[in-house]
Amino acid sequence: MSTTLKFTALLLALSLCRGLRHDYIDNYIDNYIDEVTEEEAELVAQPSKYGSLWPLPQKVQLSEVSFKLTSSSFRIVDAKDSTAGPSCSLLQDHNNNILPSFNNPDVAHAMFVSTDELSVNQPYAVLKAPKVWGALHGLETFSQLVYEDEYGAKSINSTTISDFPRFAHRGILLDSSRHFLPIKVILANLETMAMNKINVFHWHIVDDQSFPYLSRTFPQLSQQGAYHPYTHVYTPADVKMVIEFARLRGIRVIPEFDTPGHTQSWGKGQPDLLTPCYSGSKPSGTFGPVNPILNTTYDFMSQFFKEISAVFPDAYVHLGGDEVDFTCWKSNPDIQKFMDQQGFGQDYSKLESFYIQKLLDIVTTTEKGYTIWQEVFDNGVKLKPDTLIHVWKGNQQQYQNEMANVTSSGYRTLLSTPWYLNRISYGQDWQGHYKADPQDFKGTEAQKKLVIGGEACLWGEYVDATNLTPRLWPRASAVAERLWSAKDVTDINDAFSRLSVHRCRMVDRGIPAEPLFSSYCPHEYKGI
Amino acid sequence: MVTYFFFSSPTVSVCVCFSCHRTQMLWPLPQAFTSSTERYPLNPQAFYFGYGRQSAAQQGCSVLDSAFRRYFSLIFPDYTDVGVDALSNLLPVCVLDNLSVSAGQASLKAETVWGALRGLETFSQLVYQNDFGSYFINKTEIEDFPRFQFRGILLDTSRHYLPVQAILKTLDAMAYSKFNVFHWHIVDDPSFPYQSSSFPDLSSKGAFHPMTHIYTQSDVRRVISHARLWGIRVLPEFDSPGHTTSWGKGQPGLLTPCYNGGTPSGTFGPVNPALPSTYQFMARLFKEVSSVFPDSYIHLGGDEVDFSCWKSNPDVRAFMQKMGFGSDFTKLEAFYMENIVNITSALNKTSIVWQDVFDYHERIPKDTVLHIWKGIPAKYQEELSRITKAGMRVLLAAPWYINHISYGQDWRNYYTVQPQNFSGTEEQKKLVIGGEVCMWGEYVDATNLSPRLWPRASAAAERLWSDEKQTSNVDKAFPRLQDFRCKLLRRGIQAEPLYVGHCKHEYQGV
Repeated sequence: MSTTLKFTALLLALSLCRGLRHDYIDNYIDNYIDEVTEEEAELVAQPSKYGSLWPLPQKVQLSEVSFKLTSSSFRIVDAKDSTAGPSCSLLQDHNNNILPSFNNPDVAHAMFVSTDELSVNQPYAVLKAPKVWGALHGLETFSQLVYEDEYGAKSINSTTISDFPRFAHRGILLDSSRHFLPIKVILANLETMAMNKINVFHWHIVDDQSFPYLSRTFPQLSQQGAYHPYTHVYTPADVKMVIEFARLRGIRVIPEFDTPGHTQSWGKGQPDLLTPCYSGSKPSGTFGPVNPILNTTYDFMSQFFKEISAVFPDAYVHLGGDEVDFTCWKSNPDIQKFMDQQGFGQDYSKLESFYIQKLLDIVTTTEKGYTIWQEVFDNGVKLKPDTLIHVWKGNQQQYQNEMANVTSSGYRTLLSTPWYLNRISYGQDWQGHYKADPQDFKGTEAQKKLVIGGEACLWGEYVDATNLTPRLWPRASAVAERLWSAKDVTDINDAFSRLSVHRCRMVDRGIPAEPLFSSYCPHEYKGI
Repeated sequence: MVTYFFFSSPTVSVCVCFSCHRTQMLWPLPQAFTSSTERYPLNPQAFYFGYGRQSAAQQGCSVLDSAFRRYFSLIFPDYTDVGVDALSNLLPVCVLDNLSVSAGQASLKAETVWGALRGLETFSQLVYQNDFGSYFINKTEIEDFPRFQFRGILLDTSRHYLPVQAILKTLDAMAYSKFNVFHWHIVDDPSFPYQSSSFPDLSSKGAFHPMTHIYTQSDVRRVISHARLWGIRVLPEFDSPGHTTSWGKGQPGLLTPCYNGGTPSGTFGPVNPALPSTYQFMARLFKEVSSVFPDSYIHLGGDEVDFSCWKSNPDVRAFMQKMGFGSDFTKLEAFYMENIVNITSALNKTSIVWQDVFDYHERIPKDTVLHIWKGIPAKYQEELSRITKAGMRVLLAAPWYINHISYGQDWRNYYTVQPQNFSGTEEQKKLVIGGEVCMWGEYVDATNLSPRLWPRASAAAERLWSDEKQTSNVDKAFPRLQDFRCKLLRRGIQAEPLYVGHCKHEYQGV
C-alpha cells in the first residue's frame, strides 16, 4: 500500500426492483457477498433489530426501506476520488499481482485505527475508509446487511453505519506444534477470522512437541524436529501463502518462537542448543530449556531471528518466554558455575532474565517490536518501553491485577486469560467469553488505553484439523465482538440472536461453525 | 455353522518383522488372539475374497458381496486401479468370528453373516503399510465374539437436523468400532423431521423446514439399508408422552392444553392421555413406524414427563377422578405408557423404554427393555440392581452421555465403566444386554458431530465388545486407541485427537 493512500472509497451499485421475487444474483456479487441467511424468526427468541451484524458496528441506523439486489446491475467500483484505484489488489480480484507493500510499519498500524463509514441508499451504497484495511471490514459489513428471502432473492435495507474497532489488536492463536495443522485448515480459518473482523493471526508455530517450520538457515530443525520431515512441515512457500492470504484479508501474521522453555523439538535438529539435564553427577540424557550460558546459543538465535524477521513481514514477533522449568538448569554443574560467576546466587529467574535480555537485544537489531508472555514481565526482565505484554495466567482477580500492574508500569498489554478456547465445557460457554472485558481492572484512563486488545487462544493438545474449526467458531466470534464493538454492547439476548444468524452465515459460507443451541440453519453444513 | 474363507495372494513370501506389534493394534480387542512376527506381504492385484466351499453363504449373499467390495478399498486405501467388475466377480462370501491368517490365505468362520462382517473388520485392521506403501499382515489366529449383544449409539435428529449423509458416515464409523445398533432419536420437542405417510402434517408443520429438514420415506429406507449392510440395526425412538412439543403443530388435539387459572394459556404440555383420539392416533402412527422400521424392537421413550400442565387442565383432572388415580399423576403416566406398550406389542414389536417407566411401576410386559440414563455410578448401579431383580432386561446409557464434553481425556471415563458391577446374582448380570452411547443434539449438528463422537465412542465400544479383564488397563489401551483413531482418519472419519501427536495421514478437510 502506497503511503499516499489516504482515502479509499467504494461505490456499491444496487438496483431497485420492487415486486420482483425471482431475481438471481450471479457469482460476481457472491465473490464479495456470500449468501446471507435469513433470520430464524421462530427460533431466536427475539430477532435483533440489528439483524445479523457481527460484530456489532459502533453506529448503525437501519431503516425499513429495502432494496432488491440484482446480479445484472450489481457492481463494486472504486469511487472517482478514491486514492485506491483498480490496481489495488486488496479490493479487486485476489489474483491481481500488484501488491501493496506490507512491510511499511506505518501502513500495518493504520489497519488498527481504520474507521469505516458505510451508507446504503438506493441505488448506491458508498463505503469510505481511510485505509484499504478499513474498506475490507466495510465490505464484510456490507455482506452482512444483505439477506435472502425464501426464494433466494437478495435484499438490503437502507442503512447508515459508521464503524471502527474498539481495540487495535484482535487476535487468534493457533498452535501448530502439538498437532500439525494442514495449510488448508489455516487458510479456512483466516477466511473465517476476516468474517469476524479478527485482524491478527498469532501463529504459535513451534513448541516442545514438534518443529514444523522449515527454516532455510537451519533446515535440520524441521528435518529432525517435525513430526514428519516432509508431510508435517511448513515450507517457505507455505508460510508465504499463509501471510499473503492473511494480508489480503487485512490480517497480520505474528509468529511465535517461544524460548527458552517449550523448546524440546528444537533440540533434535540443533545439538547443544538445549541444556543437558543431570542425574546426580552424570548427564541423564534428557534436555531442559535452551542453554543460556553458551555463546553458540546466541549466535544461533541471531541467525535464526534474522531469518524470521525477513520471512514474517509484520512489525512484531512473539518471543514466548513462558513456563520455564528450572529443575534442569539446577541439575547442570556448568550452569551452576555460571550462576556463581554472574553472582545470581540460587535465583534462577535471574538466569532467565539474563537469557531473555540477550534475546531481546538480538531481536531489537532486526528492528522488530516484540510481544512476550507475562512471566517475562513478572520476573523483572528489563524491557523496551514498546514491548507488548501478553497476559494469560490466573483467575479473573489475578489477571485483572496483572493488567493493572503491567499498565501501571507503562507497558502496553494484550489479554488472553479468559479466552482459552481450547478449554471446553458443556453448554453455552461463549457467554462467559462474551462477558469478559479487557479494560475491567483498577487503573487510570491512561492505563486502560494501554490495553491494545486481546487474543483467543486455541492450544493444540486436543485439537487438530478434525475438530479445530467447530471448536473455534462461533466461540471465537464472541471474543471478536468484545474486541471490536463498543464497551456497552453487552446485551446477551441480542448477542445470542445475532450470533445464531452469524453462525449460520459462516456455515453457509462453508465453515463448520458449531451450533449455539437447539435450532437449525436454512442451509445446513454439507461438508461431511 | 457357516464357514467362509478368503484368500490372499497365492505367492507369498515370508519375512520377519522386527518391530511390529501390529496385531496388538486392534480395536476393540478380540476375545482371544495369537500373532507372530512372521509377516506376509499382500498384493492388492492378487488379493481376493472368496467363499469357502463348505460355506452356507455363497456368491449372491448381498451383505457379504458388498462387504467384500467395501473392505477391499478399506484394506488397500492407496490402491485405486481396480475395476468394479473385477471386484464384483470376486468369489463369494460371508463370515464370522474365527479368523486365522497364515501364508497365502486367511480364513474366517462365522455362524452368521453379521459375524462375518465383524471378522472382516478385524481382518482389515490387521493389514498395515510400511513406509514404502507396501501392505503386510502378520500370521495371526483370532477367536472373537462380543461381550454384549446390544452395542448402540444414539443420534438425536430433533434438536438439530442431521443431513442423511452425516448419518450414513456415522454408520460407517460405527461398524469400524463394531457397534451394532443405531438408536435413532428421530423426533422430540424442537422438531419432527420424520415424514410420516399417514400423518404428513407432523413434519410439514413440525419440522424445522417442511422440505429441507425432513427425512422422507426414501431417506429412512436408505439409512436402514446402509445400516443393514454394515450389520447395524436401526432402532427408532418415538418418545411420548413428554418431549412431543413438535408433534402438536401437525396434530391438533394431541397435546394437553395447559391452563392458567380457568382459561387455556395457549401453551401445550405432554400428549393428552385423557382422550381416546390420542390412542387412535398413536395406534396408526406406530402401525406405520412398525412397518417402516423392520427391527423387532422399538423405543417408546417415556422419560421426563412434566406433570404441571396435566395438573392445570380441568379435563385431565376430571379423567383422573374418573379413573380413580386421585392426585397421583404417575398413575396417569403409567396408564398412558401401558396403552402405548400394548399398541406396539400388538404389532409384534418388543418395547424399549427409558428407566422412568420402570420407576413409576407401570405394568409393562416382562420382555420390555429398560434403558438407564440417569445418575452417577452409585445411582445407576442401584437402578441396574432393582430392574434386573424384577427380571427385566436392561440397557446402560448413563455413563456414556457423550454429548457432555469436558477438557482433557474424558474417554478414560467411558472406558472404565463396569456395566455388570452392581449387586445382584449371576442371573441378574445376564439381564444387562448392553449399552449405548448417547449423543444428544442440543449442541451438536453436522458441523461437529463426527469429531465429538469419535474416537470417544470407540472407548465405550471396546467396553461393550471386549473381555473386561483383558481391557481393564486404560493406559495400555491408550496407544491402541491412538492407532485406531489414525485408522479412522485414514478411512475419512473425522475423529479428533486423544492427545498431542500426529497421524501419518492427517485429516484433509476443514
